[in-house]
Amino acid sequence: MSVLLIKQWNSLLENDWLVPVLLTLGFGLSFAIPEYNLFSVYVQLIMMYIGINIILAVSLNLVNGYMGEFSLAHAGFMAVGAYSSVLLTMKVLPVADYPLLFPCAVFIGGVVAALLGMIIAVPSFKVRGDYLAIITLAFLMIVKSMIENIDFMGGPRGIPGIMKLTTMPWVFFWTATLVWIVRNFVFSKYGRAVMAIREDEIASDLMSVDTKKVKFFAFMLSSFCAGIAGALFAHLLQFISPRIFDITKSTDILIMVYLGGIASLGGSILGATIYTVLLEILRPSTMAALLSWLPSFMFDPLQAHLITHLGTWRMVIMPLALIMVMLYWPRGIMGLREFRGFIPRAHKQAHHHN
Amino acid sequence: MSEAIVYWLQQALNAFQLGSIYALIALGYTMVYGILTMINFAHGDVFMIGAFFCFLLSSMLGLSFIPTLLLTMLGTAFLGVMIERLAYKPLRQAPKVSAIITALGVGMFLENFTLALAPYPKQVPLLLENVTWDVYGISISSIQIVIISLSLLLMLLLDYIVQRTSIGMAMRAISWDKTFVPLMGIPVDLIISITFAIGAGLAGAAGTMYALAYPVIDPYMGVMVGWKAFICAVVGGIGNIRGAMIGAFILGTVEIMVVAFLPSTFRDFVAFTLLMLLIMIRPYGILGKPRIQKV
Repeated sequence: MSVLLIKQWNSLLENDWLVPVLLTLGFGLSFAIPEYNLFSVYVQLIMMYIGINIILAVSLNLVNGYMGEFSLAHAGFMAVGAYSSVLLTMKVLPVADYPLLFPCAVFIGGVVAALLGMIIAVPSFKVRGDYLAIITLAFLMIVKSMIENIDFMGGPRGIPGIMKLTTMPWVFFWTATLVWIVRNFVFSKYGRAVMAIREDEIASDLMSVDTKKVKFFAFMLSSFCAGIAGALFAHLLQFISPRIFDITKSTDILIMVYLGGIASLGGSILGATIYTVLLEILRPSTMAALLSWLPSFMFDPLQAHLITHLGTWRMVIMPLALIMVMLYWPRGIMGLREFRGFIPRAHKQAHHHN
Repeated sequence: MSEAIVYWLQQALNAFQLGSIYALIALGYTMVYGILTMINFAHGDVFMIGAFFCFLLSSMLGLSFIPTLLLTMLGTAFLGVMIERLAYKPLRQAPKVSAIITALGVGMFLENFTLALAPYPKQVPLLLENVTWDVYGISISSIQIVIISLSLLLMLLLDYIVQRTSIGMAMRAISWDKTFVPLMGIPVDLIISITFAIGAGLAGAAGTMYALAYPVIDPYMGVMVGWKAFICAVVGGIGNIRGAMIGAFILGTVEIMVVAFLPSTFRDFVAFTLLMLLIMIRPYGILGKPRIQKV
C-alpha cells in the first residue's frame, strides 16, 4: 500500500503540469488571503516575511552554496536595494497615483544592488576563501557607515514613515520569479561553471571555464535578488535604518542557507521558512498562544517561568541552534539534494541513464 | 614647545594607547590563524567577556587591579580553550566555511547570553587611581601609562614564548606543516589548546584595560573592537605576530587622526576602506609572505 502511494507520489512529482498548477494556485491564494482574511493579519505578515527570506536565502545560496565563496555582504546589498527603492517611492515616483510604479522602484533597487555586486565580484577574481569573506564584511561596514554619514538618507536615525506598498501578491510574484530565474541560472551552462569553480577554480579555468565572467554574473544575480528583497522588506516594515542591515542580518541569512542545505534551492526555501517560523514561535506571545490549550496547572508555571523570559533567551537559542546544526548536521536538511519539481527534465533523464 | 608639536605628541600618545589594546586582541586572531588558518570570529566577544569578568571581580568581589587582571586572564583563557574544544575541534576536518559559521554563532551566543544576563550597560568601578601629569603641556594619565607598559610587557612575553621556548617552537612548527609535525611527536591538540588559551588570555587582559580606560561596558562592545583588531592583524600580515603589533599601532594612529580631522562618524568608514584596499593590493599584509597555491 505504502509502496503504491510512494509510486503515485513520485509520478505526481514527475508531471510537467505540477509546478505551473502550484504557481497559479499560490498566486491566486496570494490575492485571496488578504482579500477574504483567510488568516489573521499577523500570520499574513509572517507569510510575507517568509517570501522575502526565501529570496534572501536563495540569493546567498548562489554565492555560498553553489559557488563555494563566502559572502557576508548580503545585508549590505539588501540595504542598498531598500534605500534606493525607498528614496524613489518617497521622493521621485508618484507611487500614490500610479501603484504600478512600485515594482519599477523595487526593480531599480535590485539593479543598484547588482551594480554594487559587481564591485564585490572584482576582488573575487584575485582573492578567495577567508580573505573574500573579509572583503565582503568590509563592504557591508562601508555601506553601513556611508548611509550613516549621508543626511539626505536619514543618517543613523533612518527613514520612518515609508508607505506600505509590499502586498502578498507582490511578494509571491517576486519570490516565484526570482527563484525561477536562479533555478534556470543554476541548471544552465553558467550554473555548471559556477559549481565547477566551487570544486576547483584552477582546474575549471584550465577546462576553458571563463571564471571571471561566471563570477561576475553570479555575484550580480545574487546581489540583484538581495536588493529586491531589501526593497520589499523596507516597504513592509515601513522603517529602515542602517542598524537593521548589520552583520546580524547577514548571519540570519547564513543560518537559513546552512539549515536548509547548501547548493539546494529547495533547501533554501525550507530553511528560510523554518527559520522564520521558528523565530516567531519563540516569541513569548506566540508561545503563550500555542500552549494555551494546556490545562492551567501545567500552563501557569510555564507562563510564570519560561514563556515570559523567552524574549531575552530567544536570541541565545538561535546561535546555539546554528552551532548544533554545523556540528551534527553540516549538510543541512536537504544536503545537496533538490526538490524534484525544480530539476529540468533533461537532467532527470540523464540521471536515469546513469 | 610650540602648540602644534604638543598637539601632535598628545595625539600620538592617544594613538599608542588605542593601538596597544588593539594589538593585544589582534595577537589572538593572528595566533589562531597562524596555527589553524582559521579566523576565530568569536575572539572580539571573548574580549567583551573579559571586560565583564573584570566588572564581576572588581564590583562583586571587590578585588584590586592585579588580582582582577590575573583572574580575568585565567577566566578568558579557560573560555577560549572550551570554545575551541566544543565548537571548533569537531570541525577541523570539515570545510573551512563550517568553522567560520560556527565561530560567528559562538560570537552571537556570547553576546546574547551576556545581554540576557546583563540587559543594561555596566559601570566598572575605578580600579586604579587616575592621576594626570602635565609634561610640557602634554597630559599623561597614570591609566595610559599602565595600559601602554602592561601591553608592551605582555607582547614581549609572548614574543619570548613564541621565539624561545619549546612550546613556541611547536606552534611555529604546526603553522609550518600540519601533516608531518604530529609524526615528530608534537602533541598537536595540546599546542592548539595552549594557543587558544594564550590568545584568549591576552584578549582578557585587553578587556580589563579597555574597562580601565572606558569604564562603561555593554555586551556588544566586542563586535566593533574585535573587527578593528582583526583589521590590524590583516594589515600586519595575518599569522605574523610582530606584524599584528605593527598593524595595531598603524590602525590606532589612523583612527586617532581621522577623529582629529573628520567627524568621528567617519572612523569606521576609513578603517574598513583601508582594510578593503589593503586586501586587494597586498593581501598578505606588511610583514606576511604570500602563500603560493599549489595545484
